[in-house]
Amino acid sequence: MTPIVEVRDLHKRFGELEVLKGIDFTVAEGEVVSIIGASGSGKTTLLRCLNLLEEFHRGDVLIGGEAIGYHLRRGQRVRIGEREVARQRAMTGMVFQAFNLFPHMSALDNVTLGLTKVRGMPRPQAVELADHWLDRVGMLKRRDHRPSQLSGGQQQRVAIARAIAMSPKVMLFDEATSALDPERVGEVLETIRSLAQEGMTMVLVTHEMRFARDVSDKVVFMEDGRIAEQGPPQRLFLNPESPRLQAFLKTSSF
Amino acid sequence: MNYHFNFAPILEQWPLLLSGIGLGLLLALVSIAIGSVLGLVVAFASRAPSRWLRSLAFTWISILRNLPILVIVLFLFFGMPQLGLSLDKITSFVVALSLYASAYMAEVFRGGLLSVPQGLVEAGQAIGLTSLRIKRYIVLPIMFRNALPAFGNNFISLFKDTSLAATIAVPELTFYARKINSETFRVIEVWLVASLLYIVCCYAITLVLRAMEKRLVLEKA
Repeated sequence: MTPIVEVRDLHKRFGELEVLKGIDFTVAEGEVVSIIGASGSGKTTLLRCLNLLEEFHRGDVLIGGEAIGYHLRRGQRVRIGEREVARQRAMTGMVFQAFNLFPHMSALDNVTLGLTKVRGMPRPQAVELADHWLDRVGMLKRRDHRPSQLSGGQQQRVAIARAIAMSPKVMLFDEATSALDPERVGEVLETIRSLAQEGMTMVLVTHEMRFARDVSDKVVFMEDGRIAEQGPPQRLFLNPESPRLQAFLKTSSF
Repeated sequence: MNYHFNFAPILEQWPLLLSGIGLGLLLALVSIAIGSVLGLVVAFASRAPSRWLRSLAFTWISILRNLPILVIVLFLFFGMPQLGLSLDKITSFVVALSLYASAYMAEVFRGGLLSVPQGLVEAGQAIGLTSLRIKRYIVLPIMFRNALPAFGNNFISLFKDTSLAATIAVPELTFYARKINSETFRVIEVWLVASLLYIVCCYAITLVLRAMEKRLVLEKA
């Protein structure tokens, strides 16, 4: 079966600095993959390459079997046009560390914007679908609230609804709980966990080691722009092979 | 002091004073509308990828911001006909005020654009919006809300600047006040009434804008 995400020999530079030095990994349908590693190891950059928020310089990213961002023209790698980029981005759903809800719109309109303007759904149908997902993340009662009237945890749950309502092939979480007050982390993790249990394909960049261990099918440990070790969470967390991962796990709190 | 105030000869002329203030408001409204559209274009140009466009925008802003408004007014009205472009006095004044407003509004909008967090643009990209739609549904609405207080201040300034139109005989409030002054010689009374009308108008505009801001300006999340 075609993997939902396939990354092959991915390289990415910021100027002279190479931050991804050849990444290979796959995510199968329904799989939950956590990417862990120290700050600066390239995990967020890797995630952002999956929806073209970052360009990459070599290698391929395939979402649902489709190579994204570039195509070959007479052997040359050419960046695809803006409309194509927009269409390919909508194949993935992204949840940001800082929520990034549109502050001038209600929770409901945050969710319906993509449905009406990208998916071309009529408004009543979009509202119905948005209500379904807002209910699913426990935010239906506050659908008419502005982001400024919501707590961080509530904003993040709306942001999850906004991304998943677009029915992406895979959900990407970029340190989704790092900006939250400690007492708000649980509600967001619970929401993510329940989506995972329903079979949503997910890639999570996270510092929540306990959560990564409990919820993931596979854990990817990044170190200095490379994948140092990957495998099932039991193996990585209980019997880490590489000394780097052993050291990293010692300094991480569970 | 032994001055006997007599407002009667001035108040008799209320239709003129009112039409003067009405014209002043109209001139300010039209100018800020045109100035805002131009200013928006200049603001986007000032952040364009093309260096040529950027320097054009900065030249535009720095020329117009460093010219006194009266000089622009006189230049357009008296100077342009020499170059073969005669405009009637009202059109000429509106063009002058609009150009002047465009530089200030460009600065307002430029600040407004900078105030839209990059994360919101990325959130729009992530749900698959094209850059045009991101501008339309995310960047512009937030920019306008953030720019509203500065917009209000500029509008009040422009309204006060319409008094300069009297110098080219545009019949607004200052023009009529001068006319009534020379006909009645009630100097103090005329300028007291004119001042009061300006103050009341500006204050009313402030109140309206404040009510708008209360509804539209975004609280920090």
